[in-house]
Amino acid sequence: MSEKISRREFVKRAGVGTAALAAVAACGRGTVRSSDPAGEEGGMPMRANPKDGDSVSLLGYGCMRWPMMKDSEGKDIIDQGKVDEMIDYAISHGVNYFDSSPVYLMGQSEEATGKSLSRYPRSSYYVATKMSNFRDFSREESLRMYRASFERFRTDYIDYYLLHSLSDADAFRTRYVDNGMMDFLLAEREAGRIRNLGFSFHGPKEGFDSLMEVHERYHFDFVQIQMNYVDWNHCGSRETNASYMYDELVKRNLPVVIMEPLLGGQLASVPRRVADMLKEREPSKSVASWAFRFCGTYPGVFTVLSGMTYMDHLKDNLDTFLHFDPLDEGELALLESVAGMIRDYPLVPCTACQYCMPCPYGIDIPGVFRHYNSCVNEGTIAESAAQADFRKLRRKYLTSYDKAVESVRQADHCITCGECVSHCPQHIRIPAELRRIDAYVEKLKQSTL
Amino acid sequence: MLRKVRIALAAIFFICITLLLAGIGGQWWGWMAKLQFLPACMALNLAVIVGVLLVTVLLGRVYCSFICPLGVLQDLIIRLRRLSGKKKFAYRKAGFLRYAVLAVFIVCLIADLQFIVALIAPYSAYGRMISGLVHPHGWIVPTVAGVTFLLLAILAWTSGRAWCNEICPVGTVLGLFSRFSLFGVHIDRSRCVGCKLCEKSCKCHCIDAASGTVDRSRCVVCLDCIGSCRKGGISYGPLTRKAQKAAGASGPASAGVDESRRAFMVAGVLLGTSALSHAQNKLDGGLAPVVPKRAPERAQRITPPGSGSQKDFYSRCTACQLCVSNCPNSVLRPSTDLEHLMQPQMGFEKGFCRPECTLCSTLCPAGAITAITPEEKTAIHIGHAVIDYSLCVSYNGGHCRSCGSHCPAGAISYVAKDPDDEMSVRIPTVHEDSCIGCGKCEYLCPSRPVSAIRVEGYNDHIIS
Repeated sequence: MSEKISRREFVKRAGVGTAALAAVAACGRGTVRSSDPAGEEGGMPMRANPKDGDSVSLLGYGCMRWPMMKDSEGKDIIDQGKVDEMIDYAISHGVNYFDSSPVYLMGQSEEATGKSLSRYPRSSYYVATKMSNFRDFSREESLRMYRASFERFRTDYIDYYLLHSLSDADAFRTRYVDNGMMDFLLAEREAGRIRNLGFSFHGPKEGFDSLMEVHERYHFDFVQIQMNYVDWNHCGSRETNASYMYDELVKRNLPVVIMEPLLGGQLASVPRRVADMLKEREPSKSVASWAFRFCGTYPGVFTVLSGMTYMDHLKDNLDTFLHFDPLDEGELALLESVAGMIRDYPLVPCTACQYCMPCPYGIDIPGVFRHYNSCVNEGTIAESAAQADFRKLRRKYLTSYDKAVESVRQADHCITCGECVSHCPQHIRIPAELRRIDAYVEKLKQSTL
Repeated sequence: MLRKVRIALAAIFFICITLLLAGIGGQWWGWMAKLQFLPACMALNLAVIVGVLLVTVLLGRVYCSFICPLGVLQDLIIRLRRLSGKKKFAYRKAGFLRYAVLAVFIVCLIADLQFIVALIAPYSAYGRMISGLVHPHGWIVPTVAGVTFLLLAILAWTSGRAWCNEICPVGTVLGLFSRFSLFGVHIDRSRCVGCKLCEKSCKCHCIDAASGTVDRSRCVVCLDCIGSCRKGGISYGPLTRKAQKAAGASGPASAGVDESRRAFMVAGVLLGTSALSHAQNKLDGGLAPVVPKRAPERAQRITPPGSGSQKDFYSRCTACQLCVSNCPNSVLRPSTDLEHLMQPQMGFEKGFCRPECTLCSTLCPAGAITAITPEEKTAIHIGHAVIDYSLCVSYNGGHCRSCGSHCPAGAISYVAKDPDDEMSVRIPTVHEDSCIGCGKCEYLCPSRPVSAIRVEGYNDHIIS
């Protein structure tokens, strides 16, 4: 990151931030109000933490997808200016929960988020971050990771600290018990440096159950699960239905933090036929708004994390939450049928979380999946070389593929080494899916579909 | 009017051939390259050879003004010269240089000195200018093209169509026929006032106003002279026997060729590679750097399917770069060694010879790559893959199934590295009889910058 730019930007943003804060305290920012999605009457719904009464905004900010830019050496860095802008806007509209991790965005997320948030009083927002000791779970490395988070967030306490992406009690023991980290973290909670200790979960039902047993002993304060109207009852074969997890957590009075409410954006652009069904009910609302209303409808949901990359995402989501309209029985039933339909499409359930990246052989894995999914959603996947519009669909797929993903990073370069598989929280068989897409591309190229 | 028709047709041909050489529109005007005389001779394309000669005997050297892109390029330069105010040319007696060049050219053809043939061939020279500009591969083609252009531009600026009448072997051959053409430019001496305006307008230096004759062996039928005559004394049409006799030229004249010593050097683009530092715990996101591939050392070069054998290919190819510019997979590129200077060969750093693609075979005007169908292509073995196990990921303990799973011919299988060990790692091996040499394995091999698997070409392609 360029020091020169960041310092200047910092000073500038700090000034704006302070002014904004003062204005919010009085009556809200006049400059914002003109394009304010909230209008006058809306307010951010807040949910209370039963443990200590924290009042958390129903929309939380996921800091895994900040906008990127190239620095002077051509390296990918977070666009700090845009982060500041969006955090200012989010805070001024009531968002107070920010969820990051030491590994997000090539390790840059905590620093960028912390830097931006530190322009506000520490008591005005909640910091959530994680112990992401996936590969090196030694005590030293885990401690280093824990302490670095405090520095990057410029804080002496973390509001919500998570054991990152557990799949079962075995993983929990290997990463946190055997190295003594759990005892350490419990002591930190006792000392108040961790205000709430929880974990995030991706995995099968048995794994979830085993972690609920772990909870009996350690007493977590919250749990973060993947929940959306598709995963509610139609999760993948190696996942757990969100309906089951939600019920189990509510039963134990554990606040439920929601991740992937949009399935990594997949529920913002669904197959056209499905989108039409939703638009029929709410012609002027975005498809994404349904996914957020779904999560917010459940009272046990503590906050719904959304990784908003662009101001437009933020504004659209704020529009949904500031006029929050819970779903009725009929609408829930509609989403249930829609979820089944979405599962029938040959989509790759990739949420573009980037955990699989970087692929050692340079493949742009999420890029290949995103392009393929977008073609599935648009209905431009060819069925057969004999169909009337085959040439058109062929050209469309191949040219957009080359534009979306550089040729040396396309699916054909996968050597099936399997390095990525263990990183995928969605448990996608990545090499097999890349092969499937490459086979389709080859058939398109040779017109032998 | 006739002159306007000439300009319009020349413009159409020139633009289309230029686009073609830039790799655009092969499906629409690919046939225009086939009309090029020298490549047609190399391809023994009798229909085109006879057609061009018949047209020349009938109408004169219209080929040089309509179809030859290098001729039209010179006309453009001459037009610039006129716009700059320099207008006058003067009659020159025909020289013998052109016959000497033609003789050398034929000797080179017979002796397989292809790079000299390629240097002089007019259409190929133009092809290299466009290819060198639009799709520069290395520095040789752009440099040669740049020098050729400079030389040509100087010649055209100072001496009009001197290239066509002193050097170009195609011009010389056509001149042998146009000498007896049935149609031609005719000067009506009864109207001539001796002003010499026609002679001064003639970029071919072939009008001798004093004697009222036109050297039809050098006239390219540009028809500029017709408008230059204020008395309306010049016309283009069928010639009487008498007029034909009057045509002709004698006596040597110096060509006055200016040599250019300057050459444009076009530097190749050096792709830097950057190192990636890994943290202990994997950080999410970002793209690992991909080191660009470098061509491996090949014992035997590879020529495209349809070329039959390396000998056939290299003895016919005039290095026009049409296939290089049009190759959609970036497989063809010009050679840099003197023996095959600028003639294409294959390499798989940016793509492989795709099974459904036969574009170069349909475009080649010289018959160096003969037309094949995708079905025929599947049976043509242009070489076979060879594995350098010291670079192979599988051999060195990694898990890779890239070459075997992508091979369109099923020519690669995985066998135990240690036959006595049931748990042995499995390594790829090539069944040479099945391998067609398409290069897909080489292109997709994860070993970088040099692939662990490479194709070695065959001298004679094998059809199975």
